[in-house]
Parts: sequence; C-alpha cells; structure tokens
Amino acid sequence: MDNIQYILNGMVREALSPQTAAVAIAVIGLNIHFGFTGLLNMGQSAFMLLGAYGFAISIWHGLPMILGILFGFGAAFIFALILGAPTLKLRGDYLAIVTISAAEIIRYVGRSALLVDFTGSAQGIPGSKYTTAFDNLSFFGNGSFTLIPFNYRDVADGAAWVRVIGWILVVAVITLIVLRLRRGGAFEGIAQAALTALMFVVGIFLIFFLFPVPYLSSEWWVRFVAWALVFACTAVVFLLVRSPWGRALRGIREDEDAIRSLGKNVFAIKMQALVIGGLFGALGGMVYVLSSSVQPDSMGRSLTFFCYTALLLGGAATIFGPVLGSVLFFAGRIGIKYIAATYVPDSVMSGQQTEQFSYIVVGVALMLLVIFRPQGILGNKRELRFNV
Amino acid sequence: MPRGVAGLVLALLLAPVLALMSSTAAHAVDTLCLPDATHGCLAGTLRTEDGVLPDVTITVTDEAGAAQEVVTSETGKWNLRVDKEGPYTVKIDESTLPKDLVTDGEVKVTSKFGVTIPALITIRTENYSATTSKFDELLQSSVNGLRLGLLLALASVGLSLIYGTTGLSNFAHAEQVTLGGMLGYYLINVHGLGLWVGGVLVVILCAFSGWLQDRVLWQPLRRRGLGLTQLMIVTIGLSLALQYVYQYTVGARTVRVVQDNPEVSEFGPITITNQSIVAMVISVVVLAAVGYALLRTRIGRATRAVSDNPALAAASGIDTDKVIRLVWTVAMGLAGLSGILYALVTNGIKWDTGLQILLLLFAAVTLGGLGTAFGALVGALIIGLVVELSPVLGMPGDFKYATALLILILLLLVRPQGLLGKPQRIG
Amino acid sequence: MSDQMAQPTAASGMADPAARRALTGGFAPEPGSAKPDPILVVDNIVRQFGGMTAVDVGHLEVQRGLITALIGPNGAGKTTFFNLITGFDRPTTAGKGAHWAFDGRTLDKTSASSVARAGMVRTFQLTKALSAMTVIENMMLGAQDQAGENLFKSMFRGTWAKQEREIEAKADELLGRFKLYEKKHDYAGSLSGGQRKLLEMARALMSDPKMIMLDEPMAGVNPALTQSLLGHVQSLRDEGMTVLFVEHDMHVVRHISDWVAVMAEGKLVAEGPADTVMSDQAVIDAYLGAHHDTDLGDDALLTDEAIEELEEEVAAEREAEEETK
Repeated sequence: MDNIQYILNGMVREALSPQTAAVAIAVIGLNIHFGFTGLLNMGQSAFMLLGAYGFAISIWHGLPMILGILFGFGAAFIFALILGAPTLKLRGDYLAIVTISAAEIIRYVGRSALLVDFTGSAQGIPGSKYTTAFDNLSFFGNGSFTLIPFNYRDVADGAAWVRVIGWILVVAVITLIVLRLRRGGAFEGIAQAALTALMFVVGIFLIFFLFPVPYLSSEWWVRFVAWALVFACTAVVFLLVRSPWGRALRGIREDEDAIRSLGKNVFAIKMQALVIGGLFGALGGMVYVLSSSVQPDSMGRSLTFFCYTALLLGGAATIFGPVLGSVLFFAGRIGIKYIAATYVPDSVMSGQQTEQFSYIVVGVALMLLVIFRPQGILGNKRELRFNV
Repeated sequence: MPRGVAGLVLALLLAPVLALMSSTAAHAVDTLCLPDATHGCLAGTLRTEDGVLPDVTITVTDEAGAAQEVVTSETGKWNLRVDKEGPYTVKIDESTLPKDLVTDGEVKVTSKFGVTIPALITIRTENYSATTSKFDELLQSSVNGLRLGLLLALASVGLSLIYGTTGLSNFAHAEQVTLGGMLGYYLINVHGLGLWVGGVLVVILCAFSGWLQDRVLWQPLRRRGLGLTQLMIVTIGLSLALQYVYQYTVGARTVRVVQDNPEVSEFGPITITNQSIVAMVISVVVLAAVGYALLRTRIGRATRAVSDNPALAAASGIDTDKVIRLVWTVAMGLAGLSGILYALVTNGIKWDTGLQILLLLFAAVTLGGLGTAFGALVGALIIGLVVELSPVLGMPGDFKYATALLILILLLLVRPQGLLGKPQRIG
Repeated sequence: MSDQMAQPTAASGMADPAARRALTGGFAPEPGSAKPDPILVVDNIVRQFGGMTAVDVGHLEVQRGLITALIGPNGAGKTTFFNLITGFDRPTTAGKGAHWAFDGRTLDKTSASSVARAGMVRTFQLTKALSAMTVIENMMLGAQDQAGENLFKSMFRGTWAKQEREIEAKADELLGRFKLYEKKHDYAGSLSGGQRKLLEMARALMSDPKMIMLDEPMAGVNPALTQSLLGHVQSLRDEGMTVLFVEHDMHVVRHISDWVAVMAEGKLVAEGPADTVMSDQAVIDAYLGAHHDTDLGDDALLTDEAIEELEEEVAAEREAEEETK
C-alpha cells in the first residue's frame, strides 16, 4: 500500500510540476503547427530555448521582466519568420529538415564558449540569475503550506480504504472528463460547460486531498502561474481554431492547392500559424526555466520528440489533447520508472537503468501509438490525417 | 586532426557534464558527484587525440590551501565534490603522466553550488610546435574531412536509398550507426574477437537487423497503409527507444572498439592513424561496390527503377517488396560498417553518437538531393569537409556542426532539389 | 449572381441559344481567333519540362458569357495550360513574352490565390474535396473576404459571427441547388465521386466568380449525375457566368459547349463551334494520332526502331502528365 502511495505521489508531483505545464504550453503551440496546419515543425525546442534565452538573458542583464518576456517572444517571432519565409513554399519534409537543423544551430550557438557572458555556454544560466523578479510577484506569502489544509490522514488516519476509494474516485472523475471531451459536447451550452468545470474542480480537490503536497510558497507560485497559463493558452487556441481562420488552417492541412484555388493566401496563413505556434513554444520555454535553469542541452531534439509524443498521446488537432497528453506523458514516465524501481529487484535493473527503461518505454509507446491509435486519446480518427 | 590541435592534448570532453545534459533526464550516469544546493562538482576528462589518460593523479587545492587528490578513471574521467564556492586550482601530477607528454599542469576554476564546473587542463606533446603553417593545417583538416565524409557517405547512401524507394525519412538511421560501434565494442573489446572477424560479423549482424526490421516492422506497416508522416514518427520512436537501450546496456560512457592506442603514420605535414587509412580504403571500396551494383547489376537497376517510380516499377514486373527488403538490409549493413569504422577512427562511441551525426546524415542526403544515392555521396563528402575545414577557415570550433547545417539551409533556399536532384515542381 | 444578370452586357442575353449561335457565328473558326468581348486573353505561353514542350499556345481568347470547351487527346497539355493560367505553374516564357489577362487585369505574375480572388476560380481533374472536413465546412471555405480569416479578428466571434451566418445561408442555398443539402454535416470523404465533383463546383461558386474553369468535370461521374452536372453548367452560363472546361467526352462537348478550342501536343490547333470543329482534319489527326492511317498489320511497324520510337512517345507523354500533376 505504501509503495503504491509512493508511486502515485511521485506521479502526481510530476503531473503538477511546472515543467509539465511548460511542455504542455509548447505542445499547444506544436498542435497549431502539426495538428491543425500539418506543418512538420521539428524544432519546437528551439522556440522554447529562444523564449527562455530572451527572458533569462534580459533579466540577468538588468532589464525589467516585462521586457524579458517581450524579448523572448521577439526572438521566437523572428526565428519563425526566418524559418518560414523560405520553406513554407516548399514540400513539407523540407520544413522538417530546416527546422530541426535550425534548432540545432540555435543550440550550438547557445552552447558556444564565445557567448558565455550571455548564454552561459554549455553550463547555461542558473535560475537564481533571473527568477527573483518573478518570485517577487508572488502573492502566496512566505514559507511552506499545503493548498488543501486537511487530507486523508487527518480524516481517517491514512486508512487504506479511504485511499482506495479516493483513487477509484479520481480515476472515475478523470475518465468521465475524458469521455465528455471525446464526445465533444463538453462545452456546448453554459450548463454543460459548468458541469465540465465542476468535474475539473472536484477532480483537482480530490487529488490534493489524496496526495498532500507541501511546497514552498515560491513553488506554489510557479505552479499556479504555469497552470493558469496552460488554461489561458488552451482558451486562446479554442477561440482560434473554432474561427474561420482555424477552418482555413484545417483546409491547408488537407490540401493546400484546393485552398489556394479558393483564393486564400496559403503562405500568409501558414506563416501566421508558424508564428503563433512558435510564440506558444517561447512561452513554454520561459515557464520551463522558471523553476530550473536555462540549459541548451535540456532543450534539444529529445524535447521536441517528447512534445510530439505528448501531442499524439493526447490527440493531435484537439483542444485538450496537448494538456492531457503532456500530463499523462510525464506522469506515466515517472510511474514506469518508480514501478520498475520498486518492484524489479536491483540485480535485474539498477536504479539508473529504471530511468533509461522508462525512456525505452516512451519510445516504444510512441511507435505503438502512431501505428495503432494515431488519433490519440481525444482525437477523431476521421478528422485526423497525416498529410504533409 | 590538425597538427596544431593534435599536438595539444586537450583535457577536455566534459564527459560527465555532457552525459548529464544530453540526456534530458537530469540524472548523471557514470559520475560519482551530483551537485546539490550545498555542494558543487569539479570534473573533467583527460584525453589525447589517441585516447583517454587513465590513472593520472590530479590535485585540487582551494583558496585556503587545503588539497584533495583524485585519480582519473579507466576512461580518463575524474570528478570531485567540493563544499565551498570559490576559486580552486586544479593541478596534474606530472610524474603520473605518460612519458612523451608535458603539461602547463594547472588551471584555475571557480566552483559553484548546484552545478558541475569543467576544468580544462592543457597538455602538450614534447615536440609540439605552436607555429604550424596554415597550409599544413588545411591539408590535415582536408584529410580529416575526407575521412569523416567517407564514413558519413557509407551511412547516408543507405539513408538516401531508403528515402528513394519508400519515401521514408528514417530518423532511426543514425542509431544503426551507433549499433555498429556498440556491436564492435561488444564483440571485439569485450569478447576479444579479432578486429577483422569482429568487423565482418558486425556488418552481417547490422545487415540482418535491417532485414529483420523490414520483415517485422516496415513491410507490415506499408501494407497497413500508414502515411509517410506517421512512419516518420514511428522511426522517431524507434530512435528514442534504441538510444536508451544502448544507454541501458552500455551506460552513458564512451566505449572503444580496441583498447590499445593506434599507430600513427606521417605523410609530410599530415598525421593520420593507420586505422583511419584502412577505414578510408574500406569506405572507398565499399562505396565503389555499391555504386557499381546500382549502375550495372540487374538488382541495382531495379532499385533505381523503384526509386524513380514505385508504381511503374511494380507494374513492369519488379518485385518492389523484395527490392525494398534488400535496400533495408544493405542500408543497415552500410550504417553498421560506418558505425564500427567511426568508433575506430574517433575515440569511441556513445549511446548518443547517433543523435550527434543524424543531422549530418540528413544534411548530406538533402544536400545531394533527396533520394539520389550518388547525391548522398557527394553531399556527405561536402559535409565532412565543411565540418573539418570550417574551424581552420576561421569559424569558432564549436560552430563546426552549425556551419554544416547552415550551408544546408542556405542551399535549400537556392536549390531546393539538392545538388544532384532532378528539378521538379515543388509545392 | 443576380446583379450580373442585371448588367446590360452581352453576357446577359446568353440564355437564348439563337443569340449564342448568332454571336459565335461571327467568330472566325481558326486557332487564336479574335472575339468581340474576351474575358480571358492569353499570349505566348510556353511550358517546357526538360526538353519536352508541354504547352505552346500563341494566342487564345475566351468570349465572355459562353461555355468554351478545351479538348484534345491525352497529353495535349490541357491541364498544364489550366495550371499555367491559374497560377499553379509558371510558364517557361515567364518574363519573356508570356502574357495573359483576365477581365482586363494582367495576371503575368499573379499567384494562384490572387487569380482566384480576381474572379477566375477553377476545379481539379482529381477532385480536391477536403475529405476530412464536412460538406458545409468545405463550402464555407469557398467564400471570399471573410473577416474571421484575419488572425486578429478570428478570436473575437462578434467581429465575424454575422458574416458567418450570411455565408452559411448562401452555402445552404447552393447545396440545395446541387442536391447536397442532406449531406451538409457529412464528411466530404463519404461522398461519391460525382457528389464530390458537385461539391467542388458548388464550393467554387461560393466566391461569386466571373469565370469558372472546370477540369474534366464529368470524369468518373455516373451517367445519372452527368445529366444534372451538365444542367448546372448550362444554368451557370445562363446566369451570365463564363465557363471554360476541359473534357474528353465528345458527346458532352457537343451537347453543351458554344465554342470549342482544340489542343494537340501543346499547341492550339483548331477553334470553332462544336459541330464544325469535329470534322476538322487537324482535330481528327490530333485525336487519332499521326499514326491513325498506318496499317497496323504492316510489318515495318514491328521493327525495333519503330517500337522504340513509339515507346519514347508514350514515355514523353506520361512524363508530361506526371509533371503537371
């Protein structure tokens, strides 16, 4: 029982971590690229890295935070323009090659010893150089506290049956939400939307009740901001893709020439999509480094690939797919690692190997997902086509 | 490598740091020192062009004069946990160095809590001369570039053939290169097989892995009618899985195919290991054989026909599945060969070596023209030369890969079909 | 469309067959003949693929308000010609004498989307119905100047909701006319081949084009639907729209076209009313090929050179087809 509690605690901690939220934001951007427009952007991590650099370097060098944020967005904006201008008229796989190459160039430049005063080269920029301004905005007070002041230990002395019932309830609520989202009616009409929102709130309260997580106030602050941004971004994407603009995006994903023959400026729309998705990536990058440090090597190709895994898991071209996918991806990976560490004897798999094992599972899961369920959890199989 | 640099034995390769970072998992493998909020780490690897320097004693002294000693590991690595932030002096005990090497001996670093600080110690060979002429350097780099280009060519010709016959951009291709090196390490270094026997066995095993992949994965997926983008993402998953399988089995360290340091030949200003010469000869012979097969044999012509137009080839009686199976087998064999040669001529191979060279392969293939085998050959040579020559021609050393990628992007802008690609309407 | 009907141009009278005959009777039945009120004028368009010349049209005028058919054997360059004038491909002679104008507006350097916005909308030989979108979404994509397609306005429903309703009403009307209303919320992918052709035509009409260009509208459509498609095409003309279409089926051409232009091996070889043009020797040669009078029992044909020659011709044609796709 305690083992299970330990594993679940770890998963919940990972699921709620600000880096999960950050990746979710970047995946929301990638969803605009790949999910809605069909742009094979293989360099989302570079948008994140640029956002993070713009943000961290500006603040490190004494600029106010608002300028840091603007510089982060500005860097990603220019990067998108430079990438898109030549490639959006070419075949799709060229965009993939150019974005992945450009992302590597950004990383190499960031690592370069020449720029050590700006990027901190391969060592990166430690968080202490730039997070103070952000932490000072916190209204969570000082010290450590638990968001929900009572938990199952207070109520029933941590009895096993309370936990089991709680876990079942959590799973039930999550399943219900997912089912509602998949049917697509979850937000039609105020009553439906309110019901869905209520289920979200109940689920979150249940989770905090069952997995008490005392964080430092600054940690609460980062989490609060990160997840608030996730919901804001989801709302923005919801508005964008339900509009005629979003309709044009999906049209382009399916057949550019058809859209061109209808008099739409395909290049301009694709460029807008690339920029918007890239800006989400930059925002994700800024959030990503809020609780850690800016390290070029932690925002490389692997991160882009994880973004794709999360997107395909949740469901490309869906509104909530990126968020669900990111949470499940990170929680699931940690779950696998902890389970392997807890139940597989060290003689078979050492502590380090559990980490690698979890990534092997990620790779295999990505393959199986694309082969057997390309629409992910929330996606609509009829709508999702991989066409480039 | 250029003599100016070759003479300099760099105590570089921040191996623990790199291992820590290049896996996005922030867990160091292969290091005993994990920095935390109240401790920092100092680390480095003593290495020469020919290999790492094990069993060298290093003394680390703090401001107050308190000294600690560490000895480099079998892989030339050392690391040290320090409990103060501030300047430290890192010094090599010269009596523990091999005979023909000398060093300035010490370097100053500033430790920080929560991070690993690399300490770079410069070591020189005794006959080192700082005044190598630019021209000599250029010659040496050209040879190195040619060597890298030939090794890349082995892998990229296969990548290009796969793209040509199936339309698939195989992101896992570079992991096959790593596989070659890893199998070489396992068979030759660990199990003591002879270099030639082991090498041939590696190529056969890699080729078999290609056959098997097509049999159990790619062919069924083609039959299922998966789109190319879907297939490409499958290869990304495969690439991720394979990387961590290597890390799982071998660890994050660099492994070598042979233990002893290779012998070196000198031709005028050019210094090159005998292994490199043999590797280049093998590459040229194999590439020539592949070229001959493509141009002159029945099956080679069939392959090119499938590349040209699969539907038409199938209609004219070519068994495309058989051709594609063969292409996978040969391509993976070539990648494996490239991998073991790469591990031999450089200092070894690591779980993420593939990750490093994947983009060079893509660059080579795209530069030459997607899907044209000979284009890939030309592209690979160009990329190899660019990577090795750009530092000589004034690019900062850590931009050498970036330069190759930049050239790729610029070329795509002016000539999207690549150097040897057929011009066709795109988009 | 109603405002076009009201215009006192030549077009408005085109519903009357006699008027059309009288009009076309005045055209010279020769390639590149002048028309009194051309909506599209094309000069000197050449497109080469490698060494092969796919299209080489010296001069062509398309009369406003009529149905003009563009016919020719396989590989004659009809689709390539369509691609060229609609901006989907660039002539080899671009900047070197190639010139074409639509409704008085020069299109030499115009992109495909601007051509469509200028009022010349096309359909494709292989239908480009967006099969993973619903029929109504397909239709609404056809409308021009949508405020909601502006990225900044798109987030604020209020700025485009009214226009959206108008567009949907118009789409409903067109769907009703093309007998697709019941399929409104179905995925376009679930439609039959003929229904997709109808959808594509209806979608093109959403933009109120001045001229519609149909690339083989009847190919792959079952006979029952062909009748209704033909009816639609004719009623478009009767409402004042200009139609240019590529077709293989001679019955169709004879049945609805007012004027026929014939292409062979990239060149415009004949023009004229349907009946006369089909008895033109150049057209017969083009259709049956230069070999049509050769006796196939002739052993000379079986020599290697003759066969290779034929194979080369076939290969060249296929290549031209490939490249224009």
